[in-house]
Amino acid sequence: MAKADEAAAVITVEGLQDLLRAIRARGYRAIGPTLQNQAIVYDDIESIDDLPRGWTDEQDGGLYRLTRREDEALFGYSVGPQSWKKFLHEPRLRLWTAERRGEDTSVTPEAPPSDRLAFIGVRACEIRAIEIQDRVLVGDLYVDPHYKARREGALIVALNCGKAGGTCFCVSMHAGPRVKHGFDIALTELLDGTEHVFLVETGSDEGRAILEQIPHDLASSREVDAAEAVIAQTASSMGRQMRSDDLNELLMNNLEHPRWNEVATRCLTCANCTLVCPTCFCTSVEDASDLTGERAERWRRWDSCFTMDFSYIHGGSVRASTKSRYRQWMTHKLATWIDQFGSSGCVGCGRCITWCPVGIDITEEVCAIRGCDASAEESV
Amino acid sequence: MPQTLKACATLPHPMAPIMTPVTRFIRESEEVFTFDLAPEQVAPFMPGQFNMLYAFGVGEIPISISGDSHAPERLTHTIRAVGPVSAALGKLKAGDRVGLRGPFGVGWPIQEYKGFDVLLIAGGIGLAPLRPVIYWLLRHRAAYGRVGVLYGARTPDDLIFRAELEEWRRTPDFQLGVAVERAGPEWTGDVGYVTPLLSKLRFDPADTVAMICGPEVMFRATALALEDAGIADSRIFVSMERNMKCAIGHCGHCQFGPHFICKDGPVHPYDRVRNLLSYREL
Amino acid sequence: MKDIAELLRHHPFAEGLDEDTMALIAGCAKNVVRQPGDYFFREGAAADSFYLVRHGAVALEAFVPGRGTFTFLTIKAGEILGADWLIPPYRSSFDARAIELTRAISFDGKCLRDKCEADPRVGYEMMKRFIPPLLKRLQSARMQALGMYDAANA
Ligand SMILES: Cc1cc2nc3c(=O)[nH]c(=O)nc-3n(C[C@H](O)[C@H](O)[C@H](O)COP(=O)(O)OP(=O)(O)OC[C@H]3O[C@@H](n4cnc5c(N)ncnc54)[C@H](O)[C@@H]3O)c2cc1C
Ligand code: SF4
Ligand code: SF4
Ligand code: FES
Repeated sequence: MAKADEAAAVITVEGLQDLLRAIRARGYRAIGPTLQNQAIVYDDIESIDDLPRGWTDEQDGGLYRLTRREDEALFGYSVGPQSWKKFLHEPRLRLWTAERRGEDTSVTPEAPPSDRLAFIGVRACEIRAIEIQDRVLVGDLYVDPHYKARREGALIVALNCGKAGGTCFCVSMHAGPRVKHGFDIALTELLDGTEHVFLVETGSDEGRAILEQIPHDLASSREVDAAEAVIAQTASSMGRQMRSDDLNELLMNNLEHPRWNEVATRCLTCANCTLVCPTCFCTSVEDASDLTGERAERWRRWDSCFTMDFSYIHGGSVRASTKSRYRQWMTHKLATWIDQFGSSGCVGCGRCITWCPVGIDITEEVCAIRGCDASAEESV
Repeated sequence: MPQTLKACATLPHPMAPIMTPVTRFIRESEEVFTFDLAPEQVAPFMPGQFNMLYAFGVGEIPISISGDSHAPERLTHTIRAVGPVSAALGKLKAGDRVGLRGPFGVGWPIQEYKGFDVLLIAGGIGLAPLRPVIYWLLRHRAAYGRVGVLYGARTPDDLIFRAELEEWRRTPDFQLGVAVERAGPEWTGDVGYVTPLLSKLRFDPADTVAMICGPEVMFRATALALEDAGIADSRIFVSMERNMKCAIGHCGHCQFGPHFICKDGPVHPYDRVRNLLSYREL
Repeated sequence: MKDIAELLRHHPFAEGLDEDTMALIAGCAKNVVRQPGDYFFREGAAADSFYLVRHGAVALEAFVPGRGTFTFLTIKAGEILGADWLIPPYRSSFDARAIELTRAISFDGKCLRDKCEADPRVGYEMMKRFIPPLLKRLQSARMQALGMYDAANA
């Protein structure tokens, strides 16, 4: 998958239906935004009727609410609680099964999945998050075979955001809202009183092949400009801002800042922020055996640095206090990630702010440590 | 880097253990035992590297290799039973099978310091990860300067590798100091903490490399004593311990500031970690 | 037999001490030898002396009813033995037993205290020599009390 590389096309809403059909016909399992339990949730979709047409969301610290839009936009909301992580880096996975027959013991690794997923409506920040997880799980010495299989099989149909969420700050993290690379197809939803179309860019041979299969027109310069305007409007209406060019030094030079104590009085160590975060990759393992002791399994599940067990070594947990666990989370996201993997671990998607039950806001916490007034925070 | 040998990085399933037979099991003390494994596929390792050992149906834990790196066909581990997995491993006998993954991590920089005086300081079970260094030094004795080993344990009954300690004590050009924290009247050796024994060793601080293995409080105190003795903190190496679930840099549990103890360590130069060590609960 | 000041000169305790002070404190000192198993002092007894160990080794011991005697520190050549003579009520707080043939310079505690009292300069010289080893032992004792060889890293 590469950068958008040729003149853009335009498709209608029916064309989007065709696109979905073509993708599914090529053997992909299509996953996209759906409406479930009062939230936007990524799940299997069969047609564009499964998309949350005419819905939008209101987001703020500790607040998420779906409301109706005035129009029939198909992608008129920002990111929901879950990210594509749940498909690529599964929440629970059996790693292997072991069997013992007398002296003989065998371990059978779980075969990597062979299904090919098509992600429909992947935001720029989410592409960035996937690339960040790639770096961790397949870009180092050791490769996670399950992640790799899903990732290599995945088709990315990206979306240039038409609306910034109330907690979004992808602009500050240089992660959005424009989709620049890492996609097969990129859409921009264009919707005015009369017309409802999608500007389509392709970023890979697979994307081009799919586009060729469906009816489309060459985009007019007016449509290209309209798409630019949508992205520019989104970029200028970010719900949050955070200066991000100096965070490694800022946080690592302030490991004993009194603010850590203060935030610890509010933080419930519920781990929500790490579970909704599209880049958090931590896992733990669980061993199980059957009653006869002949069969055993090992499962991997998402874990969080907010749990006490996470840092347990014989005798106690290294990070016993709330303060130390919040500090681990934030310094990892924003500071040590840079040393470890060459980029920030935060893409500015805002999920951790929205889904924190007490509304702790990473941008505000950075601001407090920086010693600035939240409203004066400048985006860099 | 010579001290990082990671054969299993090429395996298709780096999280799947290979069931490996125990060929010898010996008890070192009430809590500590040693066993050898005969790996199906022999992988070279460096002193200080570790394996993940899986007790069937119970769990998997990081354990340093305590045997001779010149004989990787016999993988020796020395373990203190402290909890479910280590206790289950303690119930094994020759012929039983253990799940094996490894070797992992960055070991002691023994090849980089040829020609130097070498000091090894171990506390408790910490002697086990340093024993491969001792074997290495004995095998390549002429390539190094003076050698000193200090070992501290709770009581004489807690000492491990006792027969070898006696051998090393008799080895020419090999300075050995053993101190226990308390002892009965039958003990004629040193009683006290291990660091004061430093003053009894001969070494040239300007040309000395020191390696410490023991609990964090112990290695912090020891590293300071070594600095006081004139050894630069870039030539003091410590082996660190953190919770580990994967050993391959994927589970996140072993993070210590910017470092992953499983892949950047467990052995770290002291100057790389000393500042971070000053923060509690990092 | 060698002059006591001469023996003193060779002990690390006296390193850098001027001749006058050396001669002054030598007046309180004598040379002693203990066979293995002999005690330098016993718990609860008057602490009237302190020692500079020249050769051998001494075990500091405590007796715990039901568990027996155990050693918590050994003192070797070049080190000092005994601190209870410094402060009232001048009573030894544990046993000190030679575990090898041990030679030491023994000081009369009262004699030395009187000289320090009379000349604070001598007192300060002595303090500078007593405090560092005692502090080191305190630090070690703290590590031992924490049971640090077996603790987790937390
Ligand atoms: C690189 C490395 C090398 C080690 N080498 C040795 C060795 O040679 N010999 C030896 O006896 N011990 C060694 N340890 C410590 C050993 O891994 C722990 O004692 C062991 O994990 C305890 O597990 P348990 O289930 O018996 O006990 P519990 O204390 O109940 O442990 C429960 C779980 O917590 C985690 N855990 C607990 N303690 C530790 C710890 N100290 N380090 C990491 N994870 C921990 C493990 O995931 C373990 O499964 C090493 C640790 C590390 C990190
Ligand atoms: S830290 Fe928060 S804003 Fe940043 S990527 Fe994670 S969930 Fe999104
Ligand atoms: S913030 Fe915590 S849970 Fe997320 S990747 Fe870092 S250590 Fe893991
Ligand atoms: S042990 Fe899993 S990342 Fe280090």
